[in-house]
Amino acid sequence: MCLAIPGRVIEQFERQGMRMARVQFGGIVREACLEYVPDAQIGQYVLVHVGFAISVVDEEEARRTYELLEQMDQLSELDAPEVDEARAGGKPQ
Amino acid sequence: MKYLDEYRDGKLAQKVVNEIRKVQTRPWVIMEVCGGQTHSIVKHGIDFLLPEGIELVHGPGCPVCVTPLEMIDKAHAIARQQEVIFCSFGDMLRVPGSEGDLFSIKSQGGDVRIVYSPLDCIKIARANPDKMVVFFAIGFETTAPANAMLVWRAHQEGIKNVSVLVSHVLVPPAISFILDSSQNRVQGFLGPGHVCTIVGYSDYEPIAERYHVPIVITGFEPLDLLQGTLMTVRLLEAGRNVVENQYARVLGREGNRAAQKLVEDVFEVSDRKWRGVGNIPASGLQLRSQFREHDAERLFDVGEIDTKEPEICISGQILRGIKKPHDCTAFGTLCTPQNPLGATMVSAEGSCAAYYTYGRHLKKEPELVSIAAPSPGGVA
Repeated sequence: MCLAIPGRVIEQFERQGMRMARVQFGGIVREACLEYVPDAQIGQYVLVHVGFAISVVDEEEARRTYELLEQMDQLSELDAPEVDEARAGGKPQ
Repeated sequence: MKYLDEYRDGKLAQKVVNEIRKVQTRPWVIMEVCGGQTHSIVKHGIDFLLPEGIELVHGPGCPVCVTPLEMIDKAHAIARQQEVIFCSFGDMLRVPGSEGDLFSIKSQGGDVRIVYSPLDCIKIARANPDKMVVFFAIGFETTAPANAMLVWRAHQEGIKNVSVLVSHVLVPPAISFILDSSQNRVQGFLGPGHVCTIVGYSDYEPIAERYHVPIVITGFEPLDLLQGTLMTVRLLEAGRNVVENQYARVLGREGNRAAQKLVEDVFEVSDRKWRGVGNIPASGLQLRSQFREHDAERLFDVGEIDTKEPEICISGQILRGIKKPHDCTAFGTLCTPQNPLGATMVSAEGSCAAYYTYGRHLKKEPELVSIAAPSPGGVA
């Protein structure tokens, strides 16, 4: 229910006094209301929930989080077990 | 970056799992609050990837699940009326009331429509001036701004044939309710990322302090959930009862001010009954009196509705993290998504329905669709 999906703003327009956008999600384009993210720009990713953009994705922050994950465990990667097989229900599929 | 696929990387997931294993020294019980998180965890088998002793229990954050049966019956009574076009998000249509669901009302001639956005109701109302368009406004804080905008626009534009049946709930009172219980097992929380995108997380700080629990506001992709778990375990191990934000690419501490403003203009806090749980004070929203002409509960007098839930259902305990779907004798036998007996089975985001959908009713620990060891076909 609280599902919200990131999509790229490809066009902005106004309808009956409301800021709207066409937002691309992979191969699908849908309209979204931009009233709650007045600073969103074309080309930016917004998080859309039930036809409303509720946040602009912070690209810098996204990159930082991702790099943090990539760097994690770098030194001890070799001695870590692959998967916890007993709990993972036997062999990997 | 598309901010989706990157957060489903199996190799990175394994790194995070290894890190959790290094950090953890004792068992911990962590609750993910939101139903979307529950669904993602069960779908990707994240709970099975975690080291032994890190137990995820599933929270009350599925608004479809916690909408009381009498409210669903009320919606159905309104939807059956001739002059009504009843609009809803798709996930409410299969939720059974005491007699049938919205689909069966539609098949009997009722005008029931699924909408993508609440604003679609304005278009429908304009095209059907002789009908009353009723929108089933359910949801948590995430959905409240969209529903508030519908009411606000209808009010501003003088569109009289739009009304809303409000069943809005709020997360922080439910967390406090869980932590107040003498049976509580939860020691840390993965907080609801999209709820906090709207409201921020300052309201969670007094909860962390008062109940001595760390809360990590967390996203919905597998890597988000694993990283949120890692951050929570770190805080638990260090004895730090604070709020941290794993989902910083989407939200900040203050949330979305513009959305908060309109929600406050249209709604006010009220007591709400949660299905399976009961009444929780100040745990929901209702329309402010100036919008009463758009209040479907006032416009349609459907009389007293008396409902009875099956005694066998333990969804109330599941929603509070005290029990899990397998603890219920009806799970997967008497109670299935096709014939749900209670809150946690009625929506795909309920923990019983998620367990059932991903085959966990077949045996206790099923073969996993593991993101750490994907099949050659690339299941994820």
